[in-house]
Amino acid sequence: MKLQLKIWRQDGSEDPGQFEMHDLNGVSEDCSFLEMLDLLNEQLLENGKEPVSFDHDCREGICGTCSLTINGLPHGPEDSTTTCQLHMRKFRDGETITIEPFRAKAFPVVRDLVVDRSPFDKIIQAGGYVSVRTGSAPDGNAIPIAKQDADLAMDAAACIGCGACVAACKNASAMLFTSAKAGHLNLLPQGQAEKDQRVLNMVAAMDEAGFGNCRNYGECSAACPKDISLDFIAKLNRDYSVASVKKILS
Amino acid sequence: MALSGFVLVGFVFVHMAGNLQMFAGAEAINTYAYQLKALPWFVLWGSRLFLLVAVVVHAWTAAKICAENRASRPTTNDVEVTKKSGWASLNMGLTGSILFAFIVFHILHFTTQTVFPEYKELTTHVPASDGAEVHDVYLMVLSSFGVEWLSAVYVLCMFLLCRHLTHGVSSMFQSLGLRQESWRSKLDSLATLYGWVIFFGFISIPLAVILQKHGAVEVFDKVAFDQVVPAAVSSSIPEAPTQ
Amino acid sequence: MILDAKIPAGTLSEKWDNHRFSMKLVNPANKRKYRIIVVGSGLAGGSAAATLGELGYNVNCFCYQDSPRRAHSIAAQGGINGSKNYQNDGDSIHRLFYDTVKGGDFRSREANVYRLAQVSGNIIDQCVAQGVPFAREYGGLLANRSFGGAQVSRTFYARGQTGQQLLLGAYSSLSRQIASGQVKMHNRHEMLDVVVVNGHAKGIITRNLITGAIESWSADAVILATGGYGNAYFLSTNATGCNVTAAFRAHKRGAGFANPCYTQIHPTCIPVSGDHQSKLTLMSESLRNDGRVWVPKDPADCNKSPDQIPEEARDYYLERKYPSFGNLAPRDISSRSAKEACDNGLGVGPGGRGVYLDFSDAIDRFGESMIRERYGNLFQMYERITGENAYSRPMRIYPAIHYTMGGLWVDYNLMSTLPGCFVLGEANFSDHGANRLGASALMQGLSDGYFVIPYTVANYLAEEGAGAPDPDGPIFKEAIDQVRERVAGYLSSGGKRSSRSYHKELGHIMWEFAGMARNASGLQKAIGLIQDLKEDFSQNLTVPGKGEHLNAELERASRTEDFLDFGELLCRDALERDESCGGHFREEHQTAEGEAVRDDENFSHAAVWEHNGQGKEPTRHKEDLHFENVKLAVRSYK
Repeated sequence: MKLQLKIWRQDGSEDPGQFEMHDLNGVSEDCSFLEMLDLLNEQLLENGKEPVSFDHDCREGICGTCSLTINGLPHGPEDSTTTCQLHMRKFRDGETITIEPFRAKAFPVVRDLVVDRSPFDKIIQAGGYVSVRTGSAPDGNAIPIAKQDADLAMDAAACIGCGACVAACKNASAMLFTSAKAGHLNLLPQGQAEKDQRVLNMVAAMDEAGFGNCRNYGECSAACPKDISLDFIAKLNRDYSVASVKKILS
Repeated sequence: MALSGFVLVGFVFVHMAGNLQMFAGAEAINTYAYQLKALPWFVLWGSRLFLLVAVVVHAWTAAKICAENRASRPTTNDVEVTKKSGWASLNMGLTGSILFAFIVFHILHFTTQTVFPEYKELTTHVPASDGAEVHDVYLMVLSSFGVEWLSAVYVLCMFLLCRHLTHGVSSMFQSLGLRQESWRSKLDSLATLYGWVIFFGFISIPLAVILQKHGAVEVFDKVAFDQVVPAAVSSSIPEAPTQ
Repeated sequence: MILDAKIPAGTLSEKWDNHRFSMKLVNPANKRKYRIIVVGSGLAGGSAAATLGELGYNVNCFCYQDSPRRAHSIAAQGGINGSKNYQNDGDSIHRLFYDTVKGGDFRSREANVYRLAQVSGNIIDQCVAQGVPFAREYGGLLANRSFGGAQVSRTFYARGQTGQQLLLGAYSSLSRQIASGQVKMHNRHEMLDVVVVNGHAKGIITRNLITGAIESWSADAVILATGGYGNAYFLSTNATGCNVTAAFRAHKRGAGFANPCYTQIHPTCIPVSGDHQSKLTLMSESLRNDGRVWVPKDPADCNKSPDQIPEEARDYYLERKYPSFGNLAPRDISSRSAKEACDNGLGVGPGGRGVYLDFSDAIDRFGESMIRERYGNLFQMYERITGENAYSRPMRIYPAIHYTMGGLWVDYNLMSTLPGCFVLGEANFSDHGANRLGASALMQGLSDGYFVIPYTVANYLAEEGAGAPDPDGPIFKEAIDQVRERVAGYLSSGGKRSSRSYHKELGHIMWEFAGMARNASGLQKAIGLIQDLKEDFSQNLTVPGKGEHLNAELERASRTEDFLDFGELLCRDALERDESCGGHFREEHQTAEGEAVRDDENFSHAAVWEHNGQGKEPTRHKEDLHFENVKLAVRSYK
């Protein structure tokens, strides 16, 4: 395959950044998108130029490290697919592909296509856990959990924290991420004790990080490589309302 | 946002239902209008204030959210595409702003009659008023919608309202945490249906007036109609309504 | 180098209890005076940092990823073993212990393995309490499945994402400690050296991958949980960032490296599709519960479409060779059988390096919807990568490097031969012998982090007393200077070849000569080739850009150099271990049927390598393994 790549280059968070055009020949259809970028970087190195920085690690769609907005869509055009699992057979020979970083104020660009997603960690630190001391746990079967509840919690827990939801949202809202994380724990009996505090604190951390508001576009869920449902946002809203009312009344 | 929206969603339905009494004749609509105005002052002004607060809260939170959202995404993508969201959801700010302007105009138009002060002179009597003179809403509406451009403005704005409601109603359930995957699609259809019901409910009146003006139908009292709506053939240029 | 395993006295089942009682404790009020460094934030590192923080120690945790949640433990699919016997099928601590020792081909340390089996149940409880959404039965109780190398169902799982869920559990505990200030997390920091003060590990040197800053950190103890070295083969199922640098740097500072030749090759990976390939993708071993492995009997059929090959022309070789375990034969055996089939010209797919994993029988028996429910995400992943639909056409699979049993040598307390330097998880060598059973890696990582290190590190700290050295002292300065020099060296290299090309070439050498089957002459050749490659690397490398910002090429150059040195060590170890055992298969030592032949007389020991300085031959030491509770037997799965 022959491709023309329009790639965002930015030296650091202060640099304004600009697009750069590169031609790339001899790309195999069986290449993953990131392997195609590896190829480009080898070509740049040969020509004595600096390779393009991009985030990647497991390359099997689970670690959530890879990002990239490809032709305007986070993780590219395929549904339920991360960039690392997107293969070049999904593109046309001769196509021009625009590659941009995930864009959000809360995700400043570190370099080229690499962004800083540490605000997600901050949201988890605010309450995305069950406070259980190591060694203090009761037997695993002590509390039965209905299969459908466990399955639903697992649906939420499948989130890989890649940030595509933020990048897909015109308002850079982190509601899908936060709701998946809070929802996973709030659905389980183990998460009940801290439920109210959890949603209040996680939402506060999310707001503080500078993410936008949810306008219910649904783009987040459409871009999510793990198909996290908008239901969890509804659940977060519900849990948040209840927790807020309780807080006012107490 | 959702709570104020809920108030307004409810209000437009009641408003539309009230308006449809136009088709029940002059006495029905005029009695309805009289009874509304004859409510104890604290109920009348309380409701008005309540609605005003809902509109202001709705608009103010919308403006605030828009500003925050713009700040959250300072750079836009070079390629802007969407996978799921449609025109309605992406343009809530636009439709909302136009509707806000429309509400102001609508109040100046029909409620305070500032736009066309001559409406004030349209009076009539209804049995409920015990002989007192009441405002003739029937004639005012016929007279207004007899003007093509004015009808066009109303129809257009109702279309925008329809789009606004399609996203807004469904979104309201989501924001209040009352939506689930199992009935999401039904809820979305319901929201769309609601938007269209409101749209057709409201535009049926200007549409009927224009059609009658052009002789296509006859739903309104002919005498009253001809009294305030000049015949279509005689005026290609729209005129301000005259008594 | 003294290899004292410090195995506690008493019967096997009492050792850990006795030891816990005899170990010293640190007074709760004094814990905050101790500083501990944890390198790595996967299951072992994350759980250790969280638990130590919770106990009150001052913890600094480092990872090269942009968040601790991304460590490669996240990619484990199948499950985690726990000897709960919830299925009432005869499981017990002793059975898990025995299966693990046998599965490891009798090359692991009994006492460590028994402890692992003992705490395995606590791990499940802990994870459930954290909110890990393990699969449940309709009655609300935990579900189990069976896994390779075991005849009981003891594997707990969360769909095909068990590693992810367990890691997120550890990460959530870690996050709680970060929020409380007990743990300071340093993301995107790569450890480039261990600092040794008076013979004890007392700190590390890191490079901030964003700013390029090279910094020193001091502590009372250093814990390495930096994963395995599978990426020495370039193509593996590891994440592209996984590397041996931290472990190898510690090795150079005095930590013995044990059994580097024990590498696990996972039988069910998606075959290589071309030269562009940057990594291999694992398909969970659980697929072998329902899939049947076969190749055509006749090489002439290899290029035919699988549905054109009739039943009688297919060789279901695992079922034929290992009737009692069938398609669930352990990983090393399954992998080798696949290689053998392909070597005999029976491989399918591009390059003839693949075998079929066929679900048609299972689909006939249970229906497609049931198979979809069980493995839907794996089939989807297979289709994304290969563009083929595995519901209608058998999958093609081929073995790939997956896990490394070898690692830094540790005693019963998980301390390496460098005092004060503890090693957890895949980075150590302790529990899996020459071959790891499925669903045991997650168990070991969490056992080390949650339930072992909190006790054993306390003992060390109580003995040594608090007093982390000044991180700006002369020894730290010297270590910083050495790291700076190294980094500057890469940046000023004026050659033409990228570090990736060296890494790739190393990978080819390793896979060819130290892969699924090894022999003396091949290994000798490999050592020579690697030495030549190292020479070339020192002459012709190019690293563009600066050291003061994110520079992936610089990171790769540093990791590649360590892989080159390490690769040579691995080959040396494989050459010296003149027997076949587990993942280490020496062609010279096999039965007529091609089964591995151990040499218990001469090789019932862990080989521990001591670094003698750059360019000098390392010394091989031995820790003899004593089996008092299991009888050494020929590992048979027939």
